[in-house]
Formats: sequence, C-alpha cells, structure tokens
Amino acid sequence: MHARVFVSLKRSVLDPQGKAVRGALETLGLKGIEDVRQGKFFDLELADGDPAERGRELDSLCQKLLANPVIEDYRIEWVT
Amino acid sequence: MKFGVIVFPGTKCDHDCLQVLREVLGQEARPVWHKETGLAGFDCLVLPGGFSYGDYLRTGAIARFSPVMETVIQYAERGGAVIGICNGFQILLEAGLLPGAMLRNRTLSFICRDVTLRVDNAQTLFSSLYRAGEVIRMPIAHGEGNYYADSETLARLLGRRQIVLRYASPEGELTERDNPNGSLASIAGIVNERGNVLGLMPHPERASEAALGGEDGRRLFESLIHSLKT
Repeated sequence: MHARVFVSLKRSVLDPQGKAVRGALETLGLKGIEDVRQGKFFDLELADGDPAERGRELDSLCQKLLANPVIEDYRIEWVT
Repeated sequence: MKFGVIVFPGTKCDHDCLQVLREVLGQEARPVWHKETGLAGFDCLVLPGGFSYGDYLRTGAIARFSPVMETVIQYAERGGAVIGICNGFQILLEAGLLPGAMLRNRTLSFICRDVTLRVDNAQTLFSSLYRAGEVIRMPIAHGEGNYYADSETLARLLGRRQIVLRYASPEGELTERDNPNGSLASIAGIVNERGNVLGLMPHPERASEAALGGEDGRRLFESLIHSLKT
C-alpha cells in the first residue's frame, strides 16, 4: 500500500515562505498571483493490511508526528 | 541545587548552560543524554538550544520523541522545574508542555543578535529577581522563533499572565520594529499554566557573564535558585 501525506500551514496561519515565493514569481513577470502556499508531502510504503485500519493508524501518526495540528493541516491520499 | 542539562543529537548550547550553572552560579549540573530514562534527584531540567536532529521535519519534532522526553513530561507534570531555551522551547511546544507553535521568522532569515526584552511577569519561579516592566538585554539566535497560537490560546496566555518576556524597545514599548521574528504579541518567553515550565527564545546562558557582553540572563537562573530555596 502506498500513501501520500500532504502537509501545509493552515489557511489562518501566515506562510512567510509562500509569501516570498509569490514575490519572486512576480519579479519573474508572472502576473495575477493572488496567493502562494508552500507545503510538503511524504510518500509512505506500507505493508498490506486492512485499508480502514491502516487509514486510522496513519491518521493518528499524522496528528502525532507528520503534522503539527496547532499550525498545519494534512491530507492523506492513497496511491494505486 | 542539581540541574540536568538534556543533550539531544544536534544540541549545541549544553556546554554554555553547564558553564554558567557550575562555574558562574556554583550549582551542581550534569549533562543528560537523550537516551536516559528514569531521571531522579534533579531540581531543574534544562533543554538547551541547538539544532536537535538537524531540525528535520519541524524544529523539535523528532527530539520530542527521544526516550528522555517521556521522563521530562512526567517530571513537568509532577511540578518539576523545566527550562527550554531556543530549540529547547521548540521541543517543549512540540511535546505539548507549552501551548502554541513556532513558524519561520517573518524575514525568513536566521537572526543572531542582541534584543531588548520586557519582563511582563516578574512573579514566576524564573523571573522573581527582575522588576515587572524592566527592560533587559539578551541575544537571540534562531531561524524559527515566530511564535504562533490561535486567538483563544493567546487570550488564555494573557489572562493567566503566562507571558514572561516580550520583545520590546529599550523604553519597554511593544513595536513591530522591535519584534525581530514576527512573534504573535511580541512573545519571547512563556510559562505553562502551573508556572513550572518556561520556554524562551533568547539565550540567558549567553548573557550571564560581563566578559561575554551581558549579565541580564543570569538573573533568570538566579531567580529559579532563589525561588526553589525559599
């Protein structure tokens, strides 16, 4: 099983890196960029198991380690 | 008093802390490797600055799961005194011993310089030898010290007087210009609700000897020693 976890700062949290990237893109001449948010993703190869159970385990690990729920949102995608 | 100075892979201010506690303040202090568990006999645990685990994932996020942290959390929950400096503060946030989180500095740059700080609460274990409203000077050295918390958490911090240090002008004013990293409410240091856990971004151990440029940080350790003795 292959899962991909996307982590990014919450909408309510200022993203200084995204802001800097937006400024650089504008400098390069790309117009009309309203916002840039930077994030990261993790590719996880998991041993096969019950998908629902695996999902619950991964969700709990996202909250404990991969994301900091105080400032970050996460989304799990199963890659087939 | 006996201090334990926790050392994670990548910690780098442990010797500065040991030097100040032992040589400047004449206390007993020993380094504690992050694999140690079942710590006993300490009056205070210090999580020093550095770059534990190379700041991988998020600052402090990996160190928070080091074996020693289970003991640190239990120690804090029993009311033991804990100080987290810089990376140590970040680890305490990740461990949930203090509320909030750190973001990248709003300038996106690593900032290493002296800052002026206002003592907002001089009635904690760690600040009793300062005067309320006093402006002190200490160095900061971090890339991720932009303190963030949601509005409810900030209201609680303010209401319960948990904010100990704030970035301020030499006159004690809170201005954006004197807030080096963009921290919410100019927060530089906070305590937990019970008041036994302190986290701060400035480095008091680097401002404890006149020969090294300042002594304002020493009173933080002296406050704790004084508070615990009386």
